[in-house]
Amino acid sequence: MNASAAPLVRWFEHLALGDRPSVGGKGASLGELTQAGIPTPRGFVVTTAAFLTMLDEVDATGALRAAVAQQHPDDLEELASASAALRTRIEAATLPAALAAQIAAAYTELSGGDTTLPVAVRSSATSEDSAEASFAGLQDTHLWVRGGDAIDAALRACWGSLYSVESVSYRRRLGLAEDNVAMAVVIQKMVRSRASGVMFTRSPTTGDRSVIAIEGSWGLGSCIVSGEVTPDRFTVNKVTGEIRERTLSEKLLRHVPEESGGIRSEAVPADQQKVACISDVELRTLVDVARNIERHYGSPQDIEWAIADEEGSGARVYLLQSRPETVWAQRAQTPVATPRASAFDHVLAVLGGRKAGP
Amino acid sequence: MSSSSSKAAFPLPSQVESAPGADGWQDMYPFFTRFRPEDDQRFWFYNSMHFPEPMPAFDVITAEVPYQAMGAFTTRVFALPTALGVDHRIINGRVYITANAVTDPKQIEKRLAIFQKRAGHYFANWNALYAQWEKRILALIAEVDAIQVPTLGEFEDAATVEQARGIAANHYVREAYHRTIESYSKMWQHHFEFLMLGYGAYLVFFQFCKKAFPEISDQTVARMVAGIEVLMFRPDDELRALARLAVELKVDDAFAGSGSPQSMLDAVAKKGEPGKRWLAALDKARDPWFNTCTGDGFYHHHRSWNDDLSVPFAALPRYITLLKQGQKLERPTEQLRIERARIIAEYRALLSADEERAAFDQMLGLCHLVFPYVENHKFYCEHWFTMRFYRKLREFGALLVEKGVLADVEDMFHLHHTEVDQALIEVMLSWAAGSPSVGADHWRPLIEKRKKILEQLKDWSAPPALGPMPETIEDPAVQMLWGITADTLKAWSKPPTPEDARVLRGFAASSGVVEGVARVLKTVNEIGQIREGEILVCPVTAPSWAPVFNKIKAAVSDIGGTMSHAAIVAREYGMPAVVGTGQATKRIRTGQRLRVDGDRGIVTILD
Repeated sequence: MNASAAPLVRWFEHLALGDRPSVGGKGASLGELTQAGIPTPRGFVVTTAAFLTMLDEVDATGALRAAVAQQHPDDLEELASASAALRTRIEAATLPAALAAQIAAAYTELSGGDTTLPVAVRSSATSEDSAEASFAGLQDTHLWVRGGDAIDAALRACWGSLYSVESVSYRRRLGLAEDNVAMAVVIQKMVRSRASGVMFTRSPTTGDRSVIAIEGSWGLGSCIVSGEVTPDRFTVNKVTGEIRERTLSEKLLRHVPEESGGIRSEAVPADQQKVACISDVELRTLVDVARNIERHYGSPQDIEWAIADEEGSGARVYLLQSRPETVWAQRAQTPVATPRASAFDHVLAVLGGRKAGP
Repeated sequence: MSSSSSKAAFPLPSQVESAPGADGWQDMYPFFTRFRPEDDQRFWFYNSMHFPEPMPAFDVITAEVPYQAMGAFTTRVFALPTALGVDHRIINGRVYITANAVTDPKQIEKRLAIFQKRAGHYFANWNALYAQWEKRILALIAEVDAIQVPTLGEFEDAATVEQARGIAANHYVREAYHRTIESYSKMWQHHFEFLMLGYGAYLVFFQFCKKAFPEISDQTVARMVAGIEVLMFRPDDELRALARLAVELKVDDAFAGSGSPQSMLDAVAKKGEPGKRWLAALDKARDPWFNTCTGDGFYHHHRSWNDDLSVPFAALPRYITLLKQGQKLERPTEQLRIERARIIAEYRALLSADEERAAFDQMLGLCHLVFPYVENHKFYCEHWFTMRFYRKLREFGALLVEKGVLADVEDMFHLHHTEVDQALIEVMLSWAAGSPSVGADHWRPLIEKRKKILEQLKDWSAPPALGPMPETIEDPAVQMLWGITADTLKAWSKPPTPEDARVLRGFAASSGVVEGVARVLKTVNEIGQIREGEILVCPVTAPSWAPVFNKIKAAVSDIGGTMSHAAIVAREYGMPAVVGTGQATKRIRTGQRLRVDGDRGIVTILD
């Protein structure tokens, strides 16, 4: 495909899971959620086409990429220097004029003309098998990025992160072809989260599909992802709505926006440390949303959420990310029971004092 | 002392001393209920679910007879492969039990072959056999009602001579008494005819759910199985219908205020034709539906609504008020049916494969087949029959009072049923001999002594278990009937920490979180003390308490198994309930503020 003919910027509302090759896993998932009517902050994706255009400019001969592709995962020193060579060029690159103009126009549309509207700039890599080979944690996310220049810098940093030592060695270890690797970047309206967290639509500890496990803490979700706080924990039964577990923890820290841009860590006021970060009503809203997402995808999901207090509309729940749950999905499933000649045979099997077959 | 190597988590039976001031309690009970030295080697638990209070001498029949019947069907009739019956012992008036297991693989194999045939026959013909069962139990109820307790007048009835019957009335005292006791024994045999099989079917589905959904709550499994039209709901339904009729007939102002049931009845009677119609409807509802017991029939003082109208009549004014506020009183059965179907369908859809779904359908189908029996037998047996049984017994008590043996009818319940037999024999003899009865001298001091002992035993704090800690609790009956699992034992054996002092843990029986003031009731007879908006704390919640569920904010009980109807009733009233806390009635005082968390099964004492 001729990369220059492909769109460089695409809005969430036009994307679906099938667009993964051009917008990466995260971008495609946000598009899918948006189209499914799940409340997701609005945003757009700088596509892999844009990335490849840029890459062709900074590495016209392809020599730097070829050098990366030849690396051995165990030779970290060599791998680091080959990766750094490419990454430095990407981070120093000037954006192609057409791309810069499209991003600026999209940002203006997103912000309604607010030239310092805070956005999240998040990596959204593609690879041949990105559902399984999760890059979680290896990709850059820049929060509370304000204004065109800051967005440019964050965008280049995200691109460059594809060639971080960790990312390259991870790909080399899995033997993924470099040709199929590309980086799209999500640019999304930032939510001023009062509380945020993650949820799994099955139990992370037992794999039980009838429960939703929710973790949450004060402020932005980065605080939980980085492991700086022990979040509150809730387990809710999907079918009956019963709250099965409610473990409140002492939440000492939260991540909040730095008004000039970026985020900072601060102490949670003493009177809020031991208080539940979400109400029961919010908990139930989260459960409803989680069930909708799971129903939409048809499989257990791993979801990032946020709750923002908005003027006029009160507390609103937002979904920031949803990806298939991978840990339990990969385990071999043996059926708990299989049908028998008669229903009574099940009773015999249990009360019979011996194993009467599977 | 036990040679058991496990650290004694619970006292050994031989280490338990008589409660202060209760010396001689042993004489109230038969010899076979006494702990023996070798019993120290066995694990026993206090059956506080059925026997939350010290046992009056007569009332041990409610342990003796059911355990004969239960064991017969488990051990001998169906030959459950791994389970025999239950041994019971009494100490300080409390009934401790232990379940006997079969562990020898050869024995298990042998029993399995018999069980397969016999239980298979019942499962294969369940509905037809259950229809026969219902006829049989109704006939038995009619039979106990029909037993004639003779009057022993100055002269025998002339008919004895005219018809040349050849048998005098005193003979029939014994015969009638024996028939009464025998009918009670038959009732319990019938009771256990289907029950263990029913529980077996439930246990199978329960275990499947726990494996497929490791975090599923017991109550959610129960919700998928529970019936909608259950006899135990009928008494309360009848009461609601009576409230509606009172409003329709415009006689409802007779129930305003807080008069006695009799004053309400008198007020209705003054309402002319509509009043008559209402009273006729009441009479119709009373038989059989007011044969519901305010407890569960395990004590003679568990009276029926018919015996004491104050329980149903306490609910009537409230139902009338709700009706006038435009509320619907009918149980939303259609909605409950839809909700149950939804829960089943959603769990079914969450299973991982079609073959699992097919197995789920088989197991749940079997549960739905057996559950009408599991749920309805209780009304027939523990309520309807048992209330008629006690009524009949009191006729013998009246005879003993008439002959001067007892001072009061209720005193007969301080004698074992074999002692009542003896008391009646002496009455038969003295009537025949033409001598005055000498029973009073013998029985009255004994009864007075026993009343005092029972008073002392009430304050004794019974350990939840005795003897060495078992490695596992796998007996299905123990799990299903008493809700006792390995976790329960762990919790019982753990000494409380200072933080634990304010917290009680149990089973989350009905969801919701509320705070309120506790009302601790040790026996069901105190039911009238409950005030609007209080939290009921009791040894065990029986379904016939339903009318007060309307008044209370939440329910907490010491004991509750997974089959507990109280949980279902509580859920229908949308009221939080925590059951099986072990010690709520001991640790909570009336007037204390509580938080009841029915989602997590936690009760917190707030002050």
